[in-house]
Amino acid sequence: MIVFIIRRSLQSGVVLLLMSVLVFVGVYAIGNPVDILISPEATPQEYEEAIIAMGLDKPMWSQYLTFLNGALHGDLGNSFVFNEPALKLILQRLPATLELAFGALFIAIVLGIPLGLIAGIKSESWVGRSIMSGSILGFSVPTFWVGLMMIMVFAVMLGWLPASGRGQTTDLFGIPVSFFSLDGLSHILLPAVNLGLFKLSLTIRLTRAGTRENLQLDYVKFARAKGLTNGRVIGVHVLKNILIPVVTVLGLELGSLIAFAVVTETIFAWPGMGKLLIDSIGVLDRPIIVAYLLITVTMFIVINFVVDVLYSVLDPRVRLGEEKI
Amino acid sequence: MSDKEQLLVIENLRTHFFTKIGVVKAVDDISFSVNKGEVLGLVGESGSGKSVTGFSMLGLVDPPGRITGGKILFNGQDIVSLSDDGLRALRGKNIAMIFQDPMMTLNPVLRIDTQMIEAITAHEKVARRIARERSRDALSLVGIASPDERLKAYPHQLSGGMRQRVSIAIALLNKPDLIIADEPTTALDVTIQSQILYEIKKLCRETGTALIWITHDLTVVAGLADHICVMYAGRIVEQGKISDVLDHPLHPYTRGLIGSVPSRNKRGSALYQIPGMTPSLLNLPEGCAFRQRCPRADNDCLVCPEITSEIEGRHLRCFHPHVEILHE
Ligand SMILES: Nc1ncnc2c1ncn2[C@@H]1O[C@H](COP(=O)(O)OP(=O)(O)O)[C@@H](O)[C@H]1O
Ligand code: SF4
Ligand SMILES: [Mg+2]
Repeated sequence: MIVFIIRRSLQSGVVLLLMSVLVFVGVYAIGNPVDILISPEATPQEYEEAIIAMGLDKPMWSQYLTFLNGALHGDLGNSFVFNEPALKLILQRLPATLELAFGALFIAIVLGIPLGLIAGIKSESWVGRSIMSGSILGFSVPTFWVGLMMIMVFAVMLGWLPASGRGQTTDLFGIPVSFFSLDGLSHILLPAVNLGLFKLSLTIRLTRAGTRENLQLDYVKFARAKGLTNGRVIGVHVLKNILIPVVTVLGLELGSLIAFAVVTETIFAWPGMGKLLIDSIGVLDRPIIVAYLLITVTMFIVINFVVDVLYSVLDPRVRLGEEKI
Repeated sequence: MSDKEQLLVIENLRTHFFTKIGVVKAVDDISFSVNKGEVLGLVGESGSGKSVTGFSMLGLVDPPGRITGGKILFNGQDIVSLSDDGLRALRGKNIAMIFQDPMMTLNPVLRIDTQMIEAITAHEKVARRIARERSRDALSLVGIASPDERLKAYPHQLSGGMRQRVSIAIALLNKPDLIIADEPTTALDVTIQSQILYEIKKLCRETGTALIWITHDLTVVAGLADHICVMYAGRIVEQGKISDVLDHPLHPYTRGLIGSVPSRNKRGSALYQIPGMTPSLLNLPEGCAFRQRCPRADNDCLVCPEITSEIEGRHLRCFHPHVEILHE
């Protein structure tokens, strides 16, 4: 286990370093932020001064080394726009994005696993077929379009739910969250459903496939032969086997939920880091873009690690250091 | 059959699978009975419908299969007409089953104790502690050393033979009247096979449990069963007392089976092989299903032979049985 952690950390370090180079070069190629940030009436001298102030006069490799040096000390540079540390700005927005992503994941699991079970058990009936058709739809309709439609229907036409913002937040251990108040909940519902729809479809399909596969296996028949109720056979025997792949895949998908939150946050004006990213791209605020990408990559790495550990907890067969008796 | 008490009586049972490419008559009009405490051997080549017969008795036939006719009388009660809940109460309590592949029958992600205790609490309201003690005792009974530790193990930590012992222990937990053992030793290596065989035989004799032993291997039932049914393509072609059938096989198929078993008095001579292949149940030949492989087949065999009983306690499906050997 310790060897595993050390090896993982080293790999992660290399990945982060490579990513930082790629991101830096990529962002460099997008364009010159000075053109956007400085008013067109500025004199050439003011222009020069601004460039020097932002450190943009130096060659790229030198800028990178400066950045890397700062990054190793926990400083990802100051935002050109807000003139505040980029890291701080992003971390301020992180809870909102995480809350949205976990809300979406929650919806995907709480609805997806039961629906997938039903679709798997009654795969030949109309119920099973409708669930499957629904999940195909969820896969194929683009997120932004669904988001806009949801705003149209639930916010504009019916007026049931708000279309933008986070609503009232409550402090939980010093972090503002929405899901503790009714107002907050009503704000998070639409964006979370929007973001979770794709993963919901995925969960349904994974659970259905797993259910169908497991129902064929001898252990299910043996469990029935013991006289267990159908509820126990499905709810304990089958479910426990299905959860292993479902949890693994969904865990790995958490990273992509955070990444895709960019679209949903933009549509619903959700004040998370995705929205900050889009705003920053608009004004070529390089430090924010770089910091966002690096933080996202770090989260991907951490999530993968947690999922690997969780997987070994769920599946007794992959636990380490056990011998056959 | 005799003056002993009948536990299970199967009459004209038919279990068919309604597949997309046609009806598979996996079990087609079979009848037999088992007395309390007796051992019945159900023998036949792979695909002859033995497992489906076993699952029919538990109401566990997978769709698209279902029982299309006949009766399964268990202690006088017809299982075929039982409700789902009635069946569930019967399974594992009155009739238990041991499966062929011990690597597949236990749930890989649940501990042995979970899988044993639930088999008890499904039928009785008992404290977990008591159920656990009973599980441990059952493990000792089937010859598992340090049962307390094994209870905490997961299936993958046990060898195949050990897992099959666990399955047997589970089958014994509720002291059933009947155990259906579906080729329980086929997947194990030879030494463990004979150990397990011996173990089950002993336990059933001690507890008075009746046993239906399903196998494709005649030698296994020879020293075990009181009666034997020989199945071919979904039908029982010959049945009777084990010694009668093995000493004087009357049906050409049974003779073929016995001829293909290596034995002492035939050493040196080539083993007899039944010619041809097991027919597909989807397109069985008209008449006797064994017709194309049978050395005695003639035009009579173009219609399906009815069950005949030439001698007391012996049933056959054949127009030209080898009755001459009875007079040798
Ligand atoms: N789920 C199923 N669907 C379709 N046919 C089946 C199914 N299960 C069994 N059968 C058919 O029933 C026949 C008998 O199977 P089985 O009882 O398992 O044979 P045995 O146990 O004697 O080897 C097989 O030939 C197979 O074609
Ligand atoms: S009925 Fe005819 S074909 Fe069938 S086993 Fe008897 S002799 Fe052979
Ligand atoms: Mg079988």
